[in-house]
Amino acid sequence: MLWKKLLVVAAALSLLLFPLSEWTSVKPVHGFSNQVIQQGAIGDDVIELQSRLQYLGFYNGEIDGVFGWGTYWAVRNFQYEFGLTIDGLVGQEVKDKLVKASNYDEGFVKEQIRQGNDFTYYGGVPKAQQTKEGQSSQNQAQQPSREQTPNQPTAVNVPGGYSQNDIQLMANAVYGEARGEPYVGQVAVAAVIINRVASSSFPNSVSGVIFEPRAFTAVSDGQIWLTPNETAKEAVIDALNGWDPSGEAMYYFNPNTATSSWIWSRPQIKQIGKHIFCK
Amino acid sequence: MVRIILIVVLGLSTLGAGVWGYMEHQDKNAVLIQAENSYQRAFHELTYNVELLHDKIGATLAMNSRQQLSPQLAEIWKVTSEANSDVGQLPLTLMPFNKTEEFLSQIGDFAYRTAVRDLEKKPLSEEEVQKLEQLHEHSREIKNELRKVQNVVLRDNLRWMDVQLALATNDEVGDNTIVNGFKTVEKTVDGFETAELGTGSGTSGPAKQYEYLSGDEIDEREARKIASGWLENIEPSRLTMTESGKGANVPTLTASFQKGEKNGYLDLTKKGGHPLTMMISRPVKEAAISLHEASERAKAFVERMEVDSIELVESSQYDRTGVFRFVYTQDDVRFYPDALVVKVALDNGEVLGLSAREYFNFHNERDIKPPVLTEDEARSKVNPQLKVQEQRLAVIENDIKEEVLCYEFLTTMENTTYRIFINATNGEEEKVETLKKSEVKFDPEV
Repeated sequence: MLWKKLLVVAAALSLLLFPLSEWTSVKPVHGFSNQVIQQGAIGDDVIELQSRLQYLGFYNGEIDGVFGWGTYWAVRNFQYEFGLTIDGLVGQEVKDKLVKASNYDEGFVKEQIRQGNDFTYYGGVPKAQQTKEGQSSQNQAQQPSREQTPNQPTAVNVPGGYSQNDIQLMANAVYGEARGEPYVGQVAVAAVIINRVASSSFPNSVSGVIFEPRAFTAVSDGQIWLTPNETAKEAVIDALNGWDPSGEAMYYFNPNTATSSWIWSRPQIKQIGKHIFCK
Repeated sequence: MVRIILIVVLGLSTLGAGVWGYMEHQDKNAVLIQAENSYQRAFHELTYNVELLHDKIGATLAMNSRQQLSPQLAEIWKVTSEANSDVGQLPLTLMPFNKTEEFLSQIGDFAYRTAVRDLEKKPLSEEEVQKLEQLHEHSREIKNELRKVQNVVLRDNLRWMDVQLALATNDEVGDNTIVNGFKTVEKTVDGFETAELGTGSGTSGPAKQYEYLSGDEIDEREARKIASGWLENIEPSRLTMTESGKGANVPTLTASFQKGEKNGYLDLTKKGGHPLTMMISRPVKEAAISLHEASERAKAFVERMEVDSIELVESSQYDRTGVFRFVYTQDDVRFYPDALVVKVALDNGEVLGLSAREYFNFHNERDIKPPVLTEDEARSKVNPQLKVQEQRLAVIENDIKEEVLCYEFLTTMENTTYRIFINATNGEEEKVETLKKSEVKFDPEV
């Protein structure tokens, strides 16, 4: 009997360890990887790029790991000063020049990012003067689990004009309305929300459209407050980036549950999954 | 003895249940009243705002001095936007009430356009005054209808919650005063639609969409073949084909497939078989290639379409995918309306999506006149506080949906980048945008 129990425990333990083995194999990268970095990229390379550019005084923005416009101009200015082709792309040549001209204290930068400190990384200024403890540093001290992901950028790309919170709200609506639908159907529902925001017959904001009384059943019955999965979020981001499989629809309904006869009178565009999309 | 105890216990529990039920009932009523009150507020505000709107339009007509006119029109614009937001808070979505909203926003558009115009230089034209008179008349009718409904609501203590229930439970809401009242309003507005709204209020988009599509009609068999080419050469017979309905802006044939964890979707225009929307969905693994490499893949993919020359204008990485925006260029002039968006998986560089609706909607052989202003002349129109970093010629669609040739300036001030379009013909500042693409993570753990 005992050996059976042991076997179960061992199996459970090995299951626990499995996912860990996946990320322990990812080695921390030292120095730039050999990829060309371009605008819009996120990650470690960008953190290093921003730090080195700031060390040299080209970059005054925050070191957040997202290659945005500020970083782009810094790269171009650097390329100009060092007599390189000015294209805003960080290839091998640019990296070599950067590495030669600047110092990169990866430990310091990563530590600051991990602790959520407000910091800069200018060359020739003592590091102690360049960091201010962030507000959240205290909770972080109590959460050692954070140390497992020290290399994450502190910012993310968002489609123009929208906040992560808007995306979250829309993801909630999409998940509540269409979580059983194929991916395309979820993008189409998100696209309908965006089409309504753009239309003059509906409120002009995402929240206005979503919370319009009786507009979405998921809002009326509270399903909007379920926690959305990543798929719903991805669908929203796709829709915000311009995908509209609904064919510019303003309404959709499920023919099996629709209670209003009016909705059947709308000119129909197409059916995706269980939803019929219409003008 | 036992009997007495039993009676006492049962009595107490009945009493308890009664009290509990009463409290629940009270709670429910409180919530209902709250909801009812917010509906009531939106409704009464709407009637007030429409009345106000009517008065303001009247005052504008009576006005003579130009200095007063602009603020008055701006006021009308504000009131229409408020009225529109009131409509948005009423439970009318299941009812055809959208024409009234559209009507309101048309008034708003008209007021905005005339308010921001320099009325000293370009006073209201005869037509515009006529249009205002029309609007005045129409707003009077809507106002009267709404006031009638309001009167009944107040007299008979009608509740919006009943409308909500009536709309939710059955279609025959024939005897509901509120619903009938709003239907009358809607009918009234419907009557105006034939009336020319004209004069600079052409905001409902281009009259004809997708008019520049080239090629002949394709049938389903051809569509299968074309679709298979775009969807990783999947066997044509394994594709599910569907046709678009009557409501579509452009007739399309849709191909879709499901293969293990992967599913794909493609919209082809019936005319010419052009791909409008393509999406492939599958789990994407950890990013292995750079955004730059992915952009090369995206470019190669787009080149498979019959697109002469395109330029990458925007790229962004979202976790494990990269999204790239291309625009059509001709003689180094960027045509921003003709946009193509491509999504690439960063694990193996596979193209996961294409959105070419904008491209096929707008792209055509245009006759673009050479710029009148030189670059230096245009640059002098840019706010001198800004540092110009990059400039080029570009065609954009402006506020009134016209395509205009502009000088595009990418400029910086402090740490912010602004994109400024100066009309290359008359030097007007057509558009100023703040370019912001990233946002601080609120919770780094997410």
